[in-house]
Amino acid sequence: MVEKLKIASFDFTCCEGCQLQLTNREATLPDFLGLLDVRNFREISSERYDDYDIALIEGSISRQDEVDRLLKIRKQAKILVAFGTCACFGGVNSLKNKLPVKELIDEVYPGMTIETLPVRKISDLVKVDLFIPGCPVDKREVERIVVNLVKGSQVKLPKYPVCVECKAQLTTCLFELGEICLGPVTRAGCNAVCTSGKTPCLGCRGPAEEINMAAFLELVKERRLNLDDLQEKLAFYNAFEPFQNHEA
Amino acid sequence: MIYKVISKKEFTGFIDALVRSNSSFGPRQVDNDLRGNAVYQFQPVHSVDEIAFDYSATASSAKHFFLPFQEELSRFLFHDGDWEQQITYEANPVVLIGLRACDISALNILDDVLLNGHFPSPSYLARRKNSFVIGMDHLPLADCFCKSMNHHTVTTGFNLFCSDIGDHYYLSINSSKAFSFLREFETRDPNYDDNCMLVERRKRIQNGFQTEIDVTALPTILDIEFDSPVWEKWGDKCLNCGTCAMVCPSCYCYSLTESFATSLNGASREKKLYSCNLVDFAVVAGGHNFRPKKGDRLKYRYYHQHRGFAENANQQICVGCNRCGRACLAGINPKDVINDLRMEKESCMTCASSSPRKI
Repeated sequence: MVEKLKIASFDFTCCEGCQLQLTNREATLPDFLGLLDVRNFREISSERYDDYDIALIEGSISRQDEVDRLLKIRKQAKILVAFGTCACFGGVNSLKNKLPVKELIDEVYPGMTIETLPVRKISDLVKVDLFIPGCPVDKREVERIVVNLVKGSQVKLPKYPVCVECKAQLTTCLFELGEICLGPVTRAGCNAVCTSGKTPCLGCRGPAEEINMAAFLELVKERRLNLDDLQEKLAFYNAFEPFQNHEA
Repeated sequence: MIYKVISKKEFTGFIDALVRSNSSFGPRQVDNDLRGNAVYQFQPVHSVDEIAFDYSATASSAKHFFLPFQEELSRFLFHDGDWEQQITYEANPVVLIGLRACDISALNILDDVLLNGHFPSPSYLARRKNSFVIGMDHLPLADCFCKSMNHHTVTTGFNLFCSDIGDHYYLSINSSKAFSFLREFETRDPNYDDNCMLVERRKRIQNGFQTEIDVTALPTILDIEFDSPVWEKWGDKCLNCGTCAMVCPSCYCYSLTESFATSLNGASREKKLYSCNLVDFAVVAGGHNFRPKKGDRLKYRYYHQHRGFAENANQQICVGCNRCGRACLAGINPKDVINDLRMEKESCMTCASSSPRKI
């Protein structure tokens, strides 16, 4: 018998879609749940316990009460996992940071008192032990990582970009169709699900290791593609923040 | 080899019969690129009219029919404190239509590496033996350089090769299977005119190349230029995306992963085609990366492609299809890289003194 992972799943500013992925892939679901002792996960159970070892954090942080809750979880968790793009990078929510908070409240909740903060990724506030990116996360990858944690083996994400997986599906390169695609600079592991459906990659899994952003910008310029479109795509999930200061 | 001539109409009937009763793949248009050019790939075909016989080149090669991008090599079952390994070499028979001479040459090179070495690959062998390869000649595209690599013609490695001689195909029949299939269709022995047409066709192909790369003594030049700044120059452009190796008909490097089943009562060993340009290609246990620099990784791809490894008797494995050059978003292509390297060498030669005198 293996020791089950005492796991808890928490949602912050997000759509809870990543957590829902945990219940996906029905064929291996019984085996998967067999590895877990679910202590707290509101999407599947109303039972709640505070004695967990692994905490999956979904979502970004956008309110003071979220900060407090996250700090409390960090104290309890032995392994804290940034689960999904919002937790890893801030995600789509980060678009909020482009405008002053007051302006946003007046637009979305006119005349109401709203307590809100600029959006932050989890690692801005607490130490993160493991990142599982994706919008949503890929259940196969989650399963593999959970098995690694159970067996105590090394947890790894692909280091190379999406192009490797995209080419394996014989997809026509979206640059050849006149689009800007972040595939060449984005971490693989999604099996090129967007690009093989002819939708340009928006980089939800964040930068691949040691990307060549200078060469990527050069390619966009040389093909005379829209640089505003590029900046918008790079900013979409806030995953390329460290690379966005490049002269475009 | 047996030679026959078949009318294009009869040929169409032959191919149609073949694809209707077999799992078959041939060139099909999958897109139009932004310049309005058709994009082709080897795709499943169910009747002859789905095949684009007049295609230019497929964006990806036919390699994956023999070396899948991803395959499970073996499975392990755990029970009673012991384990058992399961290996199967099942390969469903496939018909592959329309491969170019360079594509077939690439298969012959893969045969050398994967079948004729010390450790033949059973899964490659199963797929190679269970394939029926029909080659078709074509007039070179502007950037094809297979003639420089001497792979613009091919004499082995296929079941049937078709040369276009106007209203007919001149067939080179290289297997008894192909010969028996063709017996049910109307063919004739080539006559004097057919032979003339074939020679003409070959001349047209031979003289149609617009791109040539001087590969004489290239292995030596690569050795001499090991520390050339050319590598860093091109490496700086490289996106490390691995596209070149994925579309290449002869790149065969791979990664191997072993993983537990979610049930924990078994495991799987999986092989994935990889590329020497990928950042962790040369990472070893403990995390050390033998090739942390982009330029070094690019260099080793050229070394493998154009200098060869001991396992294939130091033969170049590049066949000159230029798929890598076409697919590279950063504009890296064998012609420019190799010419750059040669320029480097030649500029150095201008300052060299005349040959040493006899003493």
